[in-house]
Amino acid sequence: MKKAIDAAFSLVARRLDAPLTATIVLLVAVGIAVIYSTSGGNAFDRPLGQLRNFAVALTAMWLVANITPQQLMRLALPVYIVGLALLVGVALFGDIRNGARRWLNLGFVTIQPSEIMKIGVPLALAWYFHKREESLRIVDYAVAVLLLAIPAGLIMRQPDLGTALLIFSSGFFVILLAGLSWKILISLAVAGGAALPFVWGMLHDYQRQRITTLLDPSSDPLGAGYHIIQSTIAIGSGGLLGKGWLNGTQGQLDFIPERSTDFILAVFGEEFGLIGIVALCALYLVIIARGLMIAMNASTVFSRLLAGAITLTFFTYIFVNMGMVSGILPVVGVPLPLISYGGTALLSMLVGFGILMSIASHKHLVAS
Amino acid sequence: MIGQTLRNREAEFIVFRNRLVLVSLAIVVLFVLLVGRFVYLQVVMRDHYHTLAEANRISVVPIVPNRGLILDRNGAVLAANYSAYTLEVTPGKVQNLEQALDDLGQIIEVSPRDRRRFKKLIEESRNFESLPIRSRLSEIEVARFAANRYRFPGFEIRARLFRQYPYGEIASHAIGFIGRINDADLKRIEAAGSNAKYKGTDHIGKLGIEGSYEAELHGVTGSEQVEIDAGGRAIRSLARSEPVSGNNLVLSLDINLQKVAEEAFADHRGALVAIDPKTGEVLALVSKPGFDPNLFVDGIDPANWDVLNNSPDTPLNNRALRGQYPPGSTIKPFMALLALESGKRTPDYSISDPGYWTLPGVQRPFRDWKQGGHGSVNLYRSIVVSCDTYFYGLANDVGIDAIYRFMTQFGFGGKTGIDIDGEVPGLQPSQEWKMQRFKQKWYSGDTISVGIGQGYVLATPLQLAAATAMVANGAIPVTPHLLREIQDSRSGARRPASFKARAPFNIKPEHLKLVQSAMADVTRPGGTAARAGAGAPYAIAGKTGTAQVVAMKQGEKYDEKRVKERLRDHALFISYAPAGEPRLAVAILVENGSHGGATAAPIARELYDYFLLGKLPVRINRAGGDIEESD
Repeated sequence: MKKAIDAAFSLVARRLDAPLTATIVLLVAVGIAVIYSTSGGNAFDRPLGQLRNFAVALTAMWLVANITPQQLMRLALPVYIVGLALLVGVALFGDIRNGARRWLNLGFVTIQPSEIMKIGVPLALAWYFHKREESLRIVDYAVAVLLLAIPAGLIMRQPDLGTALLIFSSGFFVILLAGLSWKILISLAVAGGAALPFVWGMLHDYQRQRITTLLDPSSDPLGAGYHIIQSTIAIGSGGLLGKGWLNGTQGQLDFIPERSTDFILAVFGEEFGLIGIVALCALYLVIIARGLMIAMNASTVFSRLLAGAITLTFFTYIFVNMGMVSGILPVVGVPLPLISYGGTALLSMLVGFGILMSIASHKHLVAS
Repeated sequence: MIGQTLRNREAEFIVFRNRLVLVSLAIVVLFVLLVGRFVYLQVVMRDHYHTLAEANRISVVPIVPNRGLILDRNGAVLAANYSAYTLEVTPGKVQNLEQALDDLGQIIEVSPRDRRRFKKLIEESRNFESLPIRSRLSEIEVARFAANRYRFPGFEIRARLFRQYPYGEIASHAIGFIGRINDADLKRIEAAGSNAKYKGTDHIGKLGIEGSYEAELHGVTGSEQVEIDAGGRAIRSLARSEPVSGNNLVLSLDINLQKVAEEAFADHRGALVAIDPKTGEVLALVSKPGFDPNLFVDGIDPANWDVLNNSPDTPLNNRALRGQYPPGSTIKPFMALLALESGKRTPDYSISDPGYWTLPGVQRPFRDWKQGGHGSVNLYRSIVVSCDTYFYGLANDVGIDAIYRFMTQFGFGGKTGIDIDGEVPGLQPSQEWKMQRFKQKWYSGDTISVGIGQGYVLATPLQLAAATAMVANGAIPVTPHLLREIQDSRSGARRPASFKARAPFNIKPEHLKLVQSAMADVTRPGGTAARAGAGAPYAIAGKTGTAQVVAMKQGEKYDEKRVKERLRDHALFISYAPAGEPRLAVAILVENGSHGGATAAPIARELYDYFLLGKLPVRINRAGGDIEESD
């Protein structure tokens, strides 16, 4: 009997990374507590919904963690190609919701293909650099940039600047870690800087407005600037120690828009103060440090590039969201990882962690 | 070489490791940057944002006090409050108001009248004010609107207290009405420094008791600190100071007597003031036609307003206080008192009346109303038959200065001091006055007309009532007033109202007695109001009067049938009853009523019958030609 329990426990736990799993559970629990607070402290449908989302995402993480990196590598190209095909499909046949063409109706299910590419792009790039190991040339980087630019461009056209930015950075991290020379990186950066006016010209009005609003939120206090003004008021009024769980006035009274999703940090900051935010950052740092450690110890080019890119993308989410909520970055629709309410984001996040765990737990197998 | 190629696995790994270290450093730096930002927001700027957050969420909402009730002397409610749902609109928040109102009309009933009234309101108010479009919504309408509320930004259902005047037109001029606060009111409120008191209040007393006792009726506005959400909706109360309801006012008015009085007027225009001669309490104050004060409470619609404002009958004019008429022969009892007091006439002195009187040295005669005259007339008879000739000579003998001094003691030519606004002083002419007004000296002929209440002299029905009360009470001046008691809204204690009166003056009792008994004979057979007094089980002391509307040349005969209704003389009747121990003094003016004895005196009779006997009006035939009739 005891053996059976041990065997079952081992089946469940042997591929899971203990520090990562523990920190994730802790963060999601904090997230659910804040979500409970954002729903007025008396409604349970959102907290319970997030709990259900977490259960699904956790299962997915466990499944992915049990796939070997070799199997993942074999999946890389198919996932990328299917994702790309769907993105093209979106561009041609996608449903328009809220003024953006992001959704694709497959008849039985409606999906947002850009979510697949959050994993698909780093997977494909890591796979590509793995294939080109020991024979990397400048032309390989060009191919990599192309692999990255096509989906990123398609997503930006939807338009979905936030996701495009995140997918672009996830691919960029792979290329950066793969070792593209600084000279090229810097000249690319300069070229990118020079291209900014053209990019500005390509942006949609609402995207431009987000950027001008960032520079001067008070220019449009009831429109685009409202988010930033209200979230900084909430965070600032939280002070050092915060107003206490369920006691935040700005979040409770509906002043913060999207307070359970993208702007949940405003509620968190109001109720738990600077202490809470520093603690939150510390937990995030634990995950990032563990991810970078896994990347460092990974045994193949594919594994280490993928692990590194996933970890850095995770950080990018955090930085963009915190920057946006605290008013130093433009408002782009990026949720706060593991805290914000929402199933899709949580699922793609935990699939990413599943890959990290797979890499961490399978390195000995690969080595032997 | 730009295209650096790495063939060595180890080298590739080293590059990877270096970059990872670099990236880690970058991450740490960026986290420090973020935390720095939060330190700035939450530590450095904490107070600033704390203030903003409090301002965000706390709103001080005024709580409007209940307006005090207005009751008659027997406790009948004359002005009441009731709460009802209204649908209000803030025009500034609505993009296309016309369209929105059309859409609204499909959900709840919005009549053309409502829309016109609303349009008038918009013109009179500011864009950010919340204005009622519909009041008295039914539960079903409230529910129907609530379900469609999202379609109507800027529209809001509110529970509001409304004023209602259950008696409608009855006593409307005395009670007055409340209306929405307009710019002029606002300036007055600001000048009085009552801004805080009127926060949240959108109605104010405009006329009558509602207007003059606004300060008592309004009450003290309370306030509530509420936590509001981003949509401005109140979530919970943080602190509350209760409002204090306005005080109730108990009037001296007897609404049933008032009703009898108004009904007695039938279709006549005119005014009636009935006061208690001992106290000055006003028991009835009529100005016909009246108006329905309920129309004004929520802003009057243009159609009704035009009717009231442009009617040739001027229903909005309070004739009792503001109508200035020549008192005509009703001045005679006072002139008679003056004659006795001044010693210019004795009770026994008689004249032989040929039907006219001539001023020495003047050709043109002053005619008596009765052709051929009244024969031998002493002071007593001059009142009973209303002999003009007697008073022509009397006026000439006493002179205008004595008349002025004496009449002002009875309150003529000055405001009575009644406790509602709008009273006018009438006119008691004097030499000085004429010099100031017309830059002309006073002629003896001017005095003769004044002696029979014509010429320059003008009086309001209210002044006549107050003066009549003095005849009844022994020449003690009284201040007519409508307020009897103020009932404190908190303690319920009643505090009687008190009004200062002019200093009394001496009149010999026997002089007063003589005039009083002559007045009592006016309503007896042989008097000018004999028909009105016929069969009454109590004695009425009175005096009829006729006030000329068009000036007629002396010698021209007044032909009643020829003169159009509007040009007919006004009928007057002053009286008190019972003659022995007066309980009510009444002045009545019927516009274009021709003869006081025929149209005005019967109204007094109906009033006394009800007041003294509790008898509801037995209509007296007023059509017939009365032989004793008038002066």
